[in-house]
Amino acid sequence: MKSRFGKVVVVALFMALAGQVQAGVVDTLQQEYKAAGAGHFSAAKGEQMWIEKHKDADSGKEFSCQTCHTADLKKPGKHEKTGKVIDPLAPSVNKERLTDIKFINKWFLRNCKQVLGRECTPQEKGDFLEYLKGQ
Amino acid sequence: MKRMRVAGVIVAGLLMAGSQVVMASGDGTDFAPVTNAKYAKECSACHMAYQPGLLPERSWRKLMASLHDHFGDNAEISVADQQELTDYLVNNSAERAKYKRSAQMAHSIAKKETPVQITKVPFFIREHREVANKERGNDKLKSLSQCEQCHQKANDGSYAESEINIPGAGRWGD
Repeated sequence: MKSRFGKVVVVALFMALAGQVQAGVVDTLQQEYKAAGAGHFSAAKGEQMWIEKHKDADSGKEFSCQTCHTADLKKPGKHEKTGKVIDPLAPSVNKERLTDIKFINKWFLRNCKQVLGRECTPQEKGDFLEYLKGQ
Repeated sequence: MKRMRVAGVIVAGLLMAGSQVVMASGDGTDFAPVTNAKYAKECSACHMAYQPGLLPERSWRKLMASLHDHFGDNAEISVADQQELTDYLVNNSAERAKYKRSAQMAHSIAKKETPVQITKVPFFIREHREVANKERGNDKLKSLSQCEQCHQKANDGSYAESEINIPGAGRWGD
């Protein structure tokens, strides 16, 4: 009896794990954001924030995500200062995108501070991912 | 017996280390190429992964302590990565690299100065004075910070004159 219970637990764990892998990095992160208080995620809201311009306090210049990533996410972007080419962000043309949690967290931290002047909230990050994953 | 073998290995190691200095000035490599994979990956996400031997230890320490404001960009990395990359840069900095150009970079900086831009190092400025004057109006050459734009083997640590090709101007010295 005891061993059957053990088997059920093992099978359940295996299924949960397999589900996690299938669900992918975006789902994992969005679940994390929900656990931190975020609600429903909206691609439309993500897109709106993506194109919204923000004035840099020091230079007075206006920046948005598109400044470097360009208006077409399927095309390569370019670093505003160094000219370094940024690989396309759309997962439909770049399968490396949205597959590495550490990478996503690093660039959310940097770029939110860079463009918005502060860290993004879990809700905002979830909305961004909702928009980007469909590109 | 064992002790002798150890001594032999040490001598061989010293000889190799010594020969590296000689090689450096003759094989076309001006700065020790980047060998740390994490450094190459992290830094080249935005710009060329500059060779550690381009700046002295104090410059790298200052630069790596202010990645949150990296020439106006936020380039923060995890504390662990920051430490690892700082160690790599410091251990291979201009005054430690056994390369002639590194020594020239290090020696050209006044003791009280800590430049965080390679383009502000006196030896660099001296080496680029002519091109800076000649190409003043060249729109394709707005900044001298993108080494690889002109030095075709910059990513390998090689800055030989014969490898220079200036955007909009062509080969140097032609």
